[in-house]
Amino acid sequence: MKSYLSVFKLRLINGMQYRIAAIAGIATQFFFGFIFIMVFEAFFNSNTSSQPISYNQTVTYIWLEQSFLVFIMLWYRDIELFDLITSGNIAYELVRPIKIYGLWFSKLLAGRLSGALLRSFPILFIAFILPEPYKMSLPPDILTFILFCVSLILGLLVVVSITMFIYISVFVTLSPTGSMLLFGVLGEFLAGIIIPIPFMPEWIKRIVYILPFHVTCDMPFRIYSGHIPQNEAIVGILTQILWLGVLVILGRFCMKKVLKKVIVQGG
Amino acid sequence: MKLFLKYLKILLKSQLQYRTSFILLCLGQFFVPFSLFAGIYFMFQRFDNISGWSFYEVMLCFSIIHIVFSISECFVRGFDNFSALIRTGNFDRILVRPRGTIIQVLGSKFEFTRIGRLLQGIIVMIWALFNVSIRWCPLKLIVFLLMIISGIFIFSGIFILTATLCFWTIQGLEIANVLTDGGREMGQYPLGIYKKWVKNFFTYIIPFGCVNYYPLMYLLDKNTSNNLLYMISPIVGILFIVPCLIVWNIGVKHYKSTGS
Repeated sequence: MKSYLSVFKLRLINGMQYRIAAIAGIATQFFFGFIFIMVFEAFFNSNTSSQPISYNQTVTYIWLEQSFLVFIMLWYRDIELFDLITSGNIAYELVRPIKIYGLWFSKLLAGRLSGALLRSFPILFIAFILPEPYKMSLPPDILTFILFCVSLILGLLVVVSITMFIYISVFVTLSPTGSMLLFGVLGEFLAGIIIPIPFMPEWIKRIVYILPFHVTCDMPFRIYSGHIPQNEAIVGILTQILWLGVLVILGRFCMKKVLKKVIVQGG
Repeated sequence: MKLFLKYLKILLKSQLQYRTSFILLCLGQFFVPFSLFAGIYFMFQRFDNISGWSFYEVMLCFSIIHIVFSISECFVRGFDNFSALIRTGNFDRILVRPRGTIIQVLGSKFEFTRIGRLLQGIIVMIWALFNVSIRWCPLKLIVFLLMIISGIFIFSGIFILTATLCFWTIQGLEIANVLTDGGREMGQYPLGIYKKWVKNFFTYIIPFGCVNYYPLMYLLDKNTSNNLLYMISPIVGILFIVPCLIVWNIGVKHYKSTGS
């Protein structure tokens, strides 16, 4: 456990170095946030029918999405890890006296956390002081906020356990581009990043709620805005834990399978 | 032009060497805008219009911006890798050759897998065209073609502009994504739905509005005032490339080798 922790800490400090990149990232995220909100505002303004999620909840959803983008996007890539596999340096990783699944898990987790620490707080802070149609609202009460935090962290762990499968697949395909594209496009749609899940038609929702992608970001964001009531939130958190367990066990199993067949490519 | 075609042939051949990977990537590229399309489709199942634009009219906006983006990305990708050319010093080699710098950088890379993306855009466009009521006349057809050309020129101009920045910064800048990906994302919907500052920025600074919004107002008979201005707007978009090329030439003159 201690070795995982130090890998984690090292990566975290490493990731914090890129401050200028983070500022550029924040500006980009704001631009996208404004564009998305304006689109939804135009939709809500030109139609009077009632919707499954309110305008204010949608705005909050979008700002949370923009500030925690590094937590939730599936195409987050650690180029070093891909290089390890394709260049053959994976051999060094394998001789280390530490389980590779846990090692990579903590590396990926730290990479995402450091990215988010630099970006999310400034974005959230500004989003709170924006003028009315764009302003992000506070959660309805303290308990909701605590539930949100718990479910956000669990969501992050689920995302990392999903992306582990992308890295495992690279052992088989030797090229990350294909699986990245596939996981990215399909997963992000099912996670509610293209449009929030409440806007989707019923038949898609039925599929979405069976798969693990929606517990990564859609669920925590809706808990925050009060769209998912507290008693349902607790059930949601339990599903997150269940998914995390299933995905980690399955991931370790697959990892063992591919490592048995791994051929180190010269070097 | 002959040189350009030669570059095209060589690079197409080299990419076709890995045939399966090529086909898979094309397929993947097909599905990227497909999920965006599905998103808009589902939104319109909940809401029936956006600022007076119907689903098929928005689909015209959407398909045109994705068509021009995929074409520009396919051919102007060379500028995307430009920071690497500078860093490694390979740009020196380009400078001593007796040909224009633009055509050589252009020819350094094409991304043919974007054909999947292009195909998706064309399918959506045809579908949308069958479902909107446009009273076609030769003039409208010309305007329609000009829209596509205008879009390709604007995206190419932006690619050149961001590459030019590398002369000063050596590294590429992430903020340039606001113009490329952001422009594409924004252009999926008619420009009229956005707030004034967005509308002004994408009309007068980076003329994305000239690609689909303004000419579509003319094609769909949506505007009430001066038709001529809306008709010629794509030409303004094409002219956007001129300042970009000027800046590029300033950059080339300013260039000092990194010496590696």
